Amino acid sequence: MTGNHLLDLANQVVRDALARGATDAECTVAEDDEFSVEVRMREIESLKEAGSRGMGLRVLKGQRVGSSYTSDLSPEGVGRMVRSAIEIADLTSEDPHAGLPAPEELGSLPGDLGLYSPAIERLDPADNISRAKRAEAAAFDADPRISNSDGASFDSGAARHVFANSRGFSGEYRTSHCSLSASPVARDGESMERDYWYTMARDPQGLQAPEEVGRIAAQRTLRRLNPVKVDTQKVPVVFEPRTARSLLDSIFDAVHGMAIYRHESFLAGKLGELVANELVTVVDDATIPGRFGTSPFDDEGVPSRRTPVIERGVLRNYLLNTYAARKLGMKTTGNAARGLAGNAGIGHGNFYLEPGVQSPTRILAGIADGFFVTSLMGFGVNIVTGDYSRAAGGIWIRGGELAFAVSEVTIAGNLRDMLRNIEAVGSDLEYSGSLASPTVKIGDMTVGGK
Amino acid sequence: MRFGDSIFAARFQITLADLNRYLAEALSQGGDYADLYFEYLLTSSIGIDESIVKSAAEGVSMGVGIRVIAGERTGYAYTDHLVPEKILKAANVAAHIAGGPAKIEKFDLNEGRRHNLYPVLTAPTETALAGRVDLVRRADRAARAYDPCVFQVQATYADNLRHVMVATSEGVLTIDRQPLARLSVSALARRGGESPQQGRAGGGGRVSLDFFLNEKTPEHFAREAAREAIAMLDAADAPAGEMTVVLGPGWPGVLLHEAVGHGLEADFNRKGVSAFTGRIGQKVASELCTVIDDGTIHNRRGSLNVDDEGYPTQRNILIENGILQGYLQDKLSSSLMRSHSTGSGRRESYAHIPMPRMTNTFMLAGQSDPEEIVRSVPKGLYCANFGGGQVDITNGNFVFTASESYLIEGGKITRPVRNASLIGNGPEALKYISMVGNDLRLDEGVGVCGKSGQSVPVGLGIPTVKIDRMTVGGTA
Repeated sequence: MTGNHLLDLANQVVRDALARGATDAECTVAEDDEFSVEVRMREIESLKEAGSRGMGLRVLKGQRVGSSYTSDLSPEGVGRMVRSAIEIADLTSEDPHAGLPAPEELGSLPGDLGLYSPAIERLDPADNISRAKRAEAAAFDADPRISNSDGASFDSGAARHVFANSRGFSGEYRTSHCSLSASPVARDGESMERDYWYTMARDPQGLQAPEEVGRIAAQRTLRRLNPVKVDTQKVPVVFEPRTARSLLDSIFDAVHGMAIYRHESFLAGKLGELVANELVTVVDDATIPGRFGTSPFDDEGVPSRRTPVIERGVLRNYLLNTYAARKLGMKTTGNAARGLAGNAGIGHGNFYLEPGVQSPTRILAGIADGFFVTSLMGFGVNIVTGDYSRAAGGIWIRGGELAFAVSEVTIAGNLRDMLRNIEAVGSDLEYSGSLASPTVKIGDMTVGGK
Repeated sequence: MRFGDSIFAARFQITLADLNRYLAEALSQGGDYADLYFEYLLTSSIGIDESIVKSAAEGVSMGVGIRVIAGERTGYAYTDHLVPEKILKAANVAAHIAGGPAKIEKFDLNEGRRHNLYPVLTAPTETALAGRVDLVRRADRAARAYDPCVFQVQATYADNLRHVMVATSEGVLTIDRQPLARLSVSALARRGGESPQQGRAGGGGRVSLDFFLNEKTPEHFAREAAREAIAMLDAADAPAGEMTVVLGPGWPGVLLHEAVGHGLEADFNRKGVSAFTGRIGQKVASELCTVIDDGTIHNRRGSLNVDDEGYPTQRNILIENGILQGYLQDKLSSSLMRSHSTGSGRRESYAHIPMPRMTNTFMLAGQSDPEEIVRSVPKGLYCANFGGGQVDITNGNFVFTASESYLIEGGKITRPVRNASLIGNGPEALKYISMVGNDLRLDEGVGVCGKSGQSVPVGLGIPTVKIDRMTVGGTA
């Protein structure tokens, strides 16, 4: 179905909802196409190709809301969806803060944001298969200890995002993506380890070469072999960019407007206060062309923007949608995010920690004994209290250098202290998805081991 | 249910001849096996926050996924448009994983064997929404009434009704109607100017609405969430390092799910990438441990009459008296490993390729009195409840996070401690289980298991167990 048709349909649904008694309405339509190939041990393991569409409606009747969605875009299916949302709105409560953005808040960034590349639709399945095979082969070729593989895959897809509301907003944009990953398995005696590497881009030209992906994946896997479990101790902990990203994820959860008004975050009520080391500047920017966190407007039709979150250690802004903004007596930051059904939640754009000046090598050089974290597992981050406790694997730092593999340990602390104890921020900001961080050193954390 | 009575025949006018035609198209390029997975899914959800019912939603989605297996290769395509032209096109796309002339042309579809584990006449999704809105209002009131320190309550009720139909080129035709419902409550408590603490509880299953009215009421879950939040208000820093750990009964069965369950899924073992590969017949746990994965327990969240490949689920023994017995098999892995399906082929939806998954995973009860287990520990940690867990199946390291735990000092449960992760290594951790309680309990019905981007509902269970050595990731 063409974009114009879907946009017309969204506008029609909004009009139908108003005709049936809604005082306001907003309609989201999403259309996705996906292709994926997995290879393993140099052979194709699976090929998948498909497309799907769905539509969601949220209505207000005064201060009550109702939502519904359907994957059936026939006139009957859409009619049922509209009736359902209207009926549901009679069952919810009056919520004084419910409502759409003000008309003057609506809009869309102008110009081409580089989110869609037509090259995605011209990809040849044979080339895609070959990319995955080459990545896996490069991992095998890197070292004889890479004796097995959990596969390599190439994924690509295109999507269309359509949004219309009863305050006059009507907009759409397309996105494309492709990614290549490899997951080799290394064995040395009794030790068996797996790691991975991936590259993703809006356009196939933006991907790392398959050989590069395979080689890095192999390197990452090999350096995990024959790990030891260290004694329990307090030491400096260094997060490489890939694991440092998870710290950004926790900061995002802690500045999430819904968590703020519910007092569910250790950063609630801390605007204007020093919450992190002065080396720390965190920004949310959904306007950087071509990036995965970029969009012309958020999921309420508010233009995307750049919001400083932490500036030189001082908490400057929470990330808000219209609802959280009203609860807090503030303005939306254009961070509304939602699926097809329900009230808007909050998402981030390109959410990153600004790079510092030290190279990762320099950062390591100053550490006599420490832990370089290359993998993290588990869900032990409590945003309410800031308590942090996760399983970690990585490499022990001794005399300023990476010395030996470590696994089956925990790292623990409290995010309040961890943010203040960020003693170094690397110069190596690395983008792949919409969360990005350079190397980060935290002064000390408890490593739990033997 | 008979084919003719199914929603797919009745509403979408799909006939047996249609199914034959789609399967023939799927195998037109010489594949060895094909299956069709039709799904029609109705969902509802209701949320309360700050005593205001802020959201309620209903939805419908549908589609068919078509899979073709040729040797070790899988071709997959799906469409959300249940009309012959689109389904045939998807079948044709999936077919091209094979390259050759068609080998099989006629499929004698017969309705296969299935259980009747959730004979729910009216699914919660089919009842009036107003009655379900009342559940979250009741939960909100009960959590607030529990203690004046409770200052924020959120409750979410969600249910769905999934109609599925699987037709395979081996002639299997199964139809199922799968209800599922869950009520979750979160409470925040605060004393004076201290930092708040959160407590969570929830439950449900493949049940009718009566379950929430008569068996496990909103008040039951609300009080449990509020109790946990209050209990954690006085929490001290958690200890760090290796120590004796006692797990309470129920949800702490997440230990089994992470430590052994995932590592025993056949796809990882067929590929030789699991820490359990090649260990069948070996001792991987203390002889006190017998671990079961059972998809046939009535009304449980992880149960299914048939799996998502059309096989009846079953009770699978994973570990018996400490010895590893077998893997969880789906269609593809079992045929490549010359074994048989254990009814463990599951998928998130019609848009996903099935793979071996757990259902309800638990450890059989032992002989010990739970109080005697705690008394036997001079110094250690008692974990009453957990959040989620994760495992690296290749090196076997796993983690799960205690959301409510206490120090054990001199054989007595004393102070609560802050959230801490517990870690171990799958093939080793269960060898340190030295006591197993007589109090097996299954969880309340909230589990969601994620694997390769696919989420499915699961159940867990464990009696009180004592683990002589486990690493606790606190700060003290």
